[in-house]
Amino acid sequence: MTDNWHLFEVFIRSKNGLAHKHAGSVHAQDAQTAILSARDLYTRRGEASSLWIIKSADIIASDPAQDGELFDPADDKIYRHPTFYTVPDGVKNM
Amino acid sequence: MYSTDLRTEKEKKSADQQALPTSNLDDANLWDAFQKRIDNGDIIEAKDAMPEKYRATLLRQISQHAHSEIIGQLPEGNWVTRAPTLKRKLILLAKIQDEAGHGLYLYSAAETLGRSRDDMVADLLSGKAKYSTIFNYPAPSWADIGTIGWLVDGAAITNQIPLCRCSYGPYARAMVRVCKEESFHQRQGYEIVTVLAQGTPEQKQLAQDSINRYWWPSLMMFGPSDSASTHSSQNMKWKIKRHSNDVLRQRFIDATVPQAEFLGLTIPDPDLKWNEERGSYDHGDIDWGEFWAVIKDGGACGKDRIRARRAAAKDGIWVRAAAEAYAKKQAAKKQAA
Repeated sequence: MTDNWHLFEVFIRSKNGLAHKHAGSVHAQDAQTAILSARDLYTRRGEASSLWIIKSADIIASDPAQDGELFDPADDKIYRHPTFYTVPDGVKNM
Repeated sequence: MYSTDLRTEKEKKSADQQALPTSNLDDANLWDAFQKRIDNGDIIEAKDAMPEKYRATLLRQISQHAHSEIIGQLPEGNWVTRAPTLKRKLILLAKIQDEAGHGLYLYSAAETLGRSRDDMVADLLSGKAKYSTIFNYPAPSWADIGTIGWLVDGAAITNQIPLCRCSYGPYARAMVRVCKEESFHQRQGYEIVTVLAQGTPEQKQLAQDSINRYWWPSLMMFGPSDSASTHSSQNMKWKIKRHSNDVLRQRFIDATVPQAEFLGLTIPDPDLKWNEERGSYDHGDIDWGEFWAVIKDGGACGKDRIRARRAAAKDGIWVRAAAEAYAKKQAAKKQAA
């Protein structure tokens, strides 16, 4: 028997119309039992209308050490926000 | 508490020596930059740079908390077949399933700090890892199931609510889920005690006996007075901990005493009295000798608890082996198709 079964990340859609949100992880041997374990672990009180499961190893994440280089370019482009622009008095917003 | 530091002074010292940052500049910079993030109210996430001591402290605390949840199922599991009604049995089963869930959320949170769940469980089974002393007390009467929910889970909630704002994101998120579920545990416990307290004189006596046995161990769950502890202040600085053990213990006493009074039950502390000036209850001295003795020799039930966990691990081997074999077979089939 092997140690440390695969780790899966669990995403829950609480009701249709909303996006899936990360809920936590489960260990399982295969996708089918991962879904069942996630159901038992994260939806004991009607929290879900849908589950997504993905192997943790398959997630591609940005590197927190590189946060600066990755996200800084957005910081100096304030003209991308509507508040950058002035609307003359008396003109109504859309 | 489930997350109280249960190490002796000697164990703390030796852990400190191992976790001391090396003297190179990187580490000093890391500590400063890290503290600045914490001071700014940043939440630390799994892959973020962190001092080794922060990582080690959290890993110890979260895994010990997880073990406590798992071991906490045992005194209750003992009562499943003897619950007085079907309703109580169903509630108890649901509660025990929640405890297993809490253990799993917490093992997952601990795993983000770089240690595998199997390793942590191995430490529990070998007796190396510690867990809350409260579960080494026996639960010989049905009233104890009520008291455990009311007092033990009540103490747990008092401790865990501030942990929802702990600086480590995965731990804080696990605590949010745990706290939501824990309030059902506390209420069903108080309801059991209420029914007994308002029943026959014999039933009321059962409830009183149970409080007599569980009151002091529940207060010990918050851990020794930590005003003088350097570990505690470092944990506060890192926002792993938000309030001192004494503050939380006082909060618990102030909330619980009126609940006991309402039921006409007596708190087994002759020195307990309302302090008008402080707006809080004064309480008698806690026997810390008993607390350390239970940590050291496992108290009345320590050996049984570990034996039960070992038996469960062994009895479950065939289930895990079957799951592995099934997964392999399905994967092979898929490849052949």
